[in-house]
Amino acid sequence: MTSVAWTTEVDRDLCMGSGMCAGMASDLYALDDEDRARPVRERIAPDERALDAADSCPAAAILVRDGDRAIGPRP
Amino acid sequence: MTATAGETPVPYPFNEPDGISLADAYQEALERPGLVRVRMTYGDPAWLATRYADARLVLGDRRFSRAEALRHDEPRQSEGSRDSGILSMDPPGHTRLRTLVAKAFTVHQVEKLRPWVRELAHGLLDELEAQGQPADLVEHYALPIPVAVICRMLGVPEEDRPRFRAWSDAALSTSSLTAEEFLRSREELRAYMGSLIEEHRRTPQQDLMTGLIEARDTGDRLTELELVDLCVGILVAGHETTATQIPNFVYALLEHPDQLKLLRERPELIRGAVEELMRFVPLGSGAGFPRYATEDVEVGGTLVRAGEPVLVAVGAANRDALKFDGPGRLDVARTGVQHLGFGHGVHHCLGAPLARLELQEALEALLVRFPALHLAGDVKWKDQMLVRGPREMPVGW
Repeated sequence: MTSVAWTTEVDRDLCMGSGMCAGMASDLYALDDEDRARPVRERIAPDERALDAADSCPAAAILVRDGDRAIGPRP
Repeated sequence: MTATAGETPVPYPFNEPDGISLADAYQEALERPGLVRVRMTYGDPAWLATRYADARLVLGDRRFSRAEALRHDEPRQSEGSRDSGILSMDPPGHTRLRTLVAKAFTVHQVEKLRPWVRELAHGLLDELEAQGQPADLVEHYALPIPVAVICRMLGVPEEDRPRFRAWSDAALSTSSLTAEEFLRSREELRAYMGSLIEEHRRTPQQDLMTGLIEARDTGDRLTELELVDLCVGILVAGHETTATQIPNFVYALLEHPDQLKLLRERPELIRGAVEELMRFVPLGSGAGFPRYATEDVEVGGTLVRAGEPVLVAVGAANRDALKFDGPGRLDVARTGVQHLGFGHGVHHCLGAPLARLELQEALEALLVRFPALHLAGDVKWKDQMLVRGPREMPVGW
């Protein structure tokens, strides 16, 4: 059985506030008052841009999962 | 508060151009509370941050601006004031440009180049062997690798290297050029890149330049000048730093034979070793690209007033004993090295994954193929450049 949704999270300790994720997908990621990124929603529909954001994060702070399986950043 | 803006600034930069050691003045600054008041040859006096936590704060906090430098007399080593393109921008303009190129430089994308980069390194070593020793490691190895890689990615003919090398040298030169010469060189490089862009417009290729042209022509996501300067920036930043760190890393390892031996015995350490070398080798002749405070901010016990610039010495921050155990020791087996060698915050090196890959492959191939690698003459160091490293490095094997 495959999951119908992905989840994404941002490690606030790793995040350096580059704003790349919010720049690439502002409906998925946003910067908070302290210039740290957070997902707009934890559960998201499968979206290539979430993988792009995870790949492009200079701090490798973004994790994308399909069910239990980590799928982003891609190796 | 330990220092005030009224204090007499000390001359900066501290590092000597010959060699890759960290100046003693940094050690003193690391041990004293507060920021150091410094003055460069040109521009405003500045605060100098040397500690790891202070460096991260200034590089990562949006209250510090790079764009403000364009509206001030930026502290600098050469007369010509430089608009550093994307490095002179703040969000959101900076983010708009960076997202256009970010996908090309992800780990996921650059890893696809690894087998080719390895082949490239071995091919150059074949040529070195055929040509005989001693040979200049810079000209025949350290430079050709990153030049070939960035040319292929961006879509610049590799055979143009002698032309863009001269412009690239000028772009990173600190004092040998007058402001007029600096501007002329920049315009020549822009004209060269402009003609390549026109060629790509007529005949699209599978490369980054074509992708950026498309972003401009169909998406209107950047101006023509931004397009030109982004390509120029990627070409210059994409090879000069890596080409300089390859011989620097080799030099550092030759100065630490026990570490070199360990790395040869345990090649699986190469990735961590590259991070440790990034930490250990201070690349810059001095901190550059000052950040201007947009409001009053306290940094490491010093109140930085709105409108004052702060220089961040990442080479010193990478030797902060509060962050690293035995910071002055090169230890290639060190793990989890969170160095600031690629910077931090919005301007964190875009090409870091590519630089890592090139450094890993260049170093590994050289160590495996040449077990008796040694210096075979005097190293000639770059002089009056933003980056430090050998200009010529004769080696035998």
